[in-house]
Amino acid sequence: MDTVDKIGYEAVIGLEVHAQLQTQSKMFCGCGIVFGAAPNSLTCPVCLGHPGALPVLNRRAVEYAVKMILAVGGEVRKHSIFARKNYFYPDLPKGYQISQYDSPIGLGGSIQIELPEYSRDIELIGIHLEEDAGKSIHPEGGEGETKIDLNRCGVPLLEIVTRPDIRSPQEAHRFLSKLKLIMQYLKICSGDMEKGALRCDANISLRRRGEKSFGTRTELKNLNSFRAVERALAYEIKRHAAILDAGGKVIQETLLWNDDDQKSEAMRGKEESEDYRYFPEPDLIPIKLEQSWIDEIKSDQPELPDARRERLAKEYDITSYDAGVLTGSNELADYFEAVAAQVEDTKRVANWLMVDVLREIHERKLEVGEFFITPNMLAELLCSLESDIISGKMAKEIFREMAASGKSAGAIIEEQDLRQISDSTKLTAVIEEIITQEAIQVQKYREGKRQLFDFFVGQVMKATSGKANPEMVNKLLKEKLDG
Amino acid sequence: MMIKDYRELTAAEIVRRIRAGQLKAVDLAETALQLADSEGRRLNAVITLCHQKAISQAEQIDQKVASGNELPLLAGVPVIVKDNIVYSGYPTTCGSRILENYISPYDATCIKKLEEAGAVIIAKANMDEFAMGSSNENSAFGPVKNPVRDDLVPGGSSGGSAAVVAAGIVPIAYGSDTGGSVRQPAALCGVVGLKPTYGAVSRYGLIAFASSTDQIGPLARNVADCALAYEAIAGFDPNDSTSAEFDHPPYSKSIEKLSTKKPRIGIPLEYVSEGIDDEVRTMIDKTIEKVDAAGYEIEKISLPHTEYAVSAYYMIANAEASANLARYDGVRYGRSAGREQGLDTMYSETRSEGFGTEVKRRIMLGTFALSAGYYENYYRKAQKVRELIKIDFDKAFDSVDLILAPTSPTAAFGVGEKSGDPLQMYLSDILTVPANLAGIPAMSIPCDRTADGRPIGLQIMAPAFGEKKLLTVAGQIEQMIGYNYA
Repeated sequence: MDTVDKIGYEAVIGLEVHAQLQTQSKMFCGCGIVFGAAPNSLTCPVCLGHPGALPVLNRRAVEYAVKMILAVGGEVRKHSIFARKNYFYPDLPKGYQISQYDSPIGLGGSIQIELPEYSRDIELIGIHLEEDAGKSIHPEGGEGETKIDLNRCGVPLLEIVTRPDIRSPQEAHRFLSKLKLIMQYLKICSGDMEKGALRCDANISLRRRGEKSFGTRTELKNLNSFRAVERALAYEIKRHAAILDAGGKVIQETLLWNDDDQKSEAMRGKEESEDYRYFPEPDLIPIKLEQSWIDEIKSDQPELPDARRERLAKEYDITSYDAGVLTGSNELADYFEAVAAQVEDTKRVANWLMVDVLREIHERKLEVGEFFITPNMLAELLCSLESDIISGKMAKEIFREMAASGKSAGAIIEEQDLRQISDSTKLTAVIEEIITQEAIQVQKYREGKRQLFDFFVGQVMKATSGKANPEMVNKLLKEKLDG
Repeated sequence: MMIKDYRELTAAEIVRRIRAGQLKAVDLAETALQLADSEGRRLNAVITLCHQKAISQAEQIDQKVASGNELPLLAGVPVIVKDNIVYSGYPTTCGSRILENYISPYDATCIKKLEEAGAVIIAKANMDEFAMGSSNENSAFGPVKNPVRDDLVPGGSSGGSAAVVAAGIVPIAYGSDTGGSVRQPAALCGVVGLKPTYGAVSRYGLIAFASSTDQIGPLARNVADCALAYEAIAGFDPNDSTSAEFDHPPYSKSIEKLSTKKPRIGIPLEYVSEGIDDEVRTMIDKTIEKVDAAGYEIEKISLPHTEYAVSAYYMIANAEASANLARYDGVRYGRSAGREQGLDTMYSETRSEGFGTEVKRRIMLGTFALSAGYYENYYRKAQKVRELIKIDFDKAFDSVDLILAPTSPTAAFGVGEKSGDPLQMYLSDILTVPANLAGIPAMSIPCDRTADGRPIGLQIMAPAFGEKKLLTVAGQIEQMIGYNYA
């Protein structure tokens, strides 16, 4: 974005996102949806496009669409229709895709994105339902037979299209992350781009800063990760800028992003000006939604990322940034709240989660939900810390031990007799003995060699096998040495 | 064992005799199979005989009779279904080379219902390719002869279904009616044919031509059998989103009771104007006089948008067909050609070889009507006309109970007479397409013959889901006419 700024261009980016809905069965038939199943094992006459077979709409897919539209504040249209999008391709068995066209289920809405310096709303044009196509598996090197897997054919998709509101590759990345997060909160899409559960096409054009009209845009396909989206857009911005600077014209075309070579390539063939000949799907009746049903869905909506972040910050007195990290997944936020409910110092809980818990989870390549140190186990540890049974240093060690052995904090403390000594009479006795033994050092200290203080702390710790309450040691030592 | 008087037996009589133990379903099946093989083949009315399954279906009925079990509606009745209704185990060709060797992996809902009703499915009937045609000359398996006279077409697209009933091969056959494809061949062959209300019979397993007007409908040699045949297949189907949940009375019983109140009958001016053969008009007028004389209230009505119906119909039906037929691409099933030469060659060779001229013409027309820049002027406009036609009927049915009209502007025409002129052929549908566009039920019953003995059909139309009234009054008019089927 910086380079663009310097030369006075502004990027105008729009995204078209396809999200696979996590329904049990496909959009128009009873076939199951399992990623990685044997090719063509999840098919039937309907999704294979056999003569005479007819689609029947999956109600759950509509419900998920409504959830999403409500989540982004869009308009849920009570009457919408399906349309046939006609094109020939081997992985499209019927020769048309059942989609929505001029009467989609959702209109408008917006998604707020947060960047380090600012946050802003990205407006959506709309959200519609459609069925996924199958997969063509082309031979390596282009020679030989293309194989078709129709397991994916008929999986429900949400198409989410933004206005050309996005101004930088970073914003595009943030938008996708936020979109994914919202869908994960709603439990309607895994958001896994690598598995194709979330797919994104982007269109981009440049214009002189301050200009109102749009430049010529190019469309980017084959963006298979959030980073690929960001890199491809950055590449296109540079490419457009170079063309415009040289007084040239950008050609309107569809480009494939090659993430290995880090460049965009012109798509071969006719894809461009294809006429899809949309018309209303006569095999399906219009989707008619009752307000009461929409209300029901609305009342069942989970708390969404923005709301939860705000609430966590306020309720647990943590920074908005920390709350943002903790609401990075619904499970992590659940984990946090479960621990924070049992521990006094919620800021400490937040720190422990963001540092220790996330580190262990990442190192072990786990999902939050799979982490074997449960919120209750962590709460026990932090409560022990809070009630001075153990020191902060010991807590960290015990946590590592818990992660290694799966044992509870209590068990580790008991087994290894790690209970911290916070009894001031006991500690005073130890300290007095050390002062007697180390008379020379005490003398030096009192003459001004203050750095010897740590030496005395170390002696106390040594004498107590490290179990002395560090804060009390500090306090009592000061009293005895300085007093 | 061949049954001697088989060809005179109605379905109702067959069921009665099966119940009474006077007839064996297996004997009926064998008789029908033999007739289908001889007379059916001679007329070229059947494409595939379903010998093995037919015998096993018949045996099941005979076992039920033997064990004293309750017998279903069509117990032991031999039926023939049009070859666009998928029936697993046998080819379903749709009258096309592109599906020549296609065997469906599943059964149509209609087939399941027929099996539940105890019908014995004898054969798959010849038809115009993909149900596109009004003379049955567009079948990839050759034209069907009209049992009335070999040099006449049987009408289409359910020409095979009409012919097997008219020839007495089976008492009941099933066709499909997208723009008149049951009623017109029924009229031309001199049998009864019903196009039910759109949504009354499941389309699941009916190979689509025009999804928004396709309906499976029965053909029979009298109204009572037609009612029986309809009752067996009607009703809501969760596999068809356009099928309706509606009150589904036992038609075959209800039509036996003559209603006391005489219905009001409307005669639409537009259906008896120019373009209708003089002889047809005269015979229809005579029938109306009989109905009038029987004390029915006759009223002249107007369906003002009728003249636009054929254009609108061909726009909409072909547009839908262009998409419905896109799946025949050589990838997964059916004919496949040119695979080695790459994707585009495979598509073009498969479809060039597989589809006949009329099918190609309609795909082209439909594709054109949906194309960018033409959609508004063609497809959209046709949909508006369709709305106006619906409104015409709604208004008409405010003042009358039923509408009477000819079924076809002419009686059966000669083989080859119209096949060179598609537009002339399309005009054969002028009186039948409005009911399809409006989604209302309509039937054709034979009312008379031309001087040279060609049957003339009387069309009766009713409001949506008015089948009970339609069949009842059709039965009454049938009695007034006293048509001689022989």
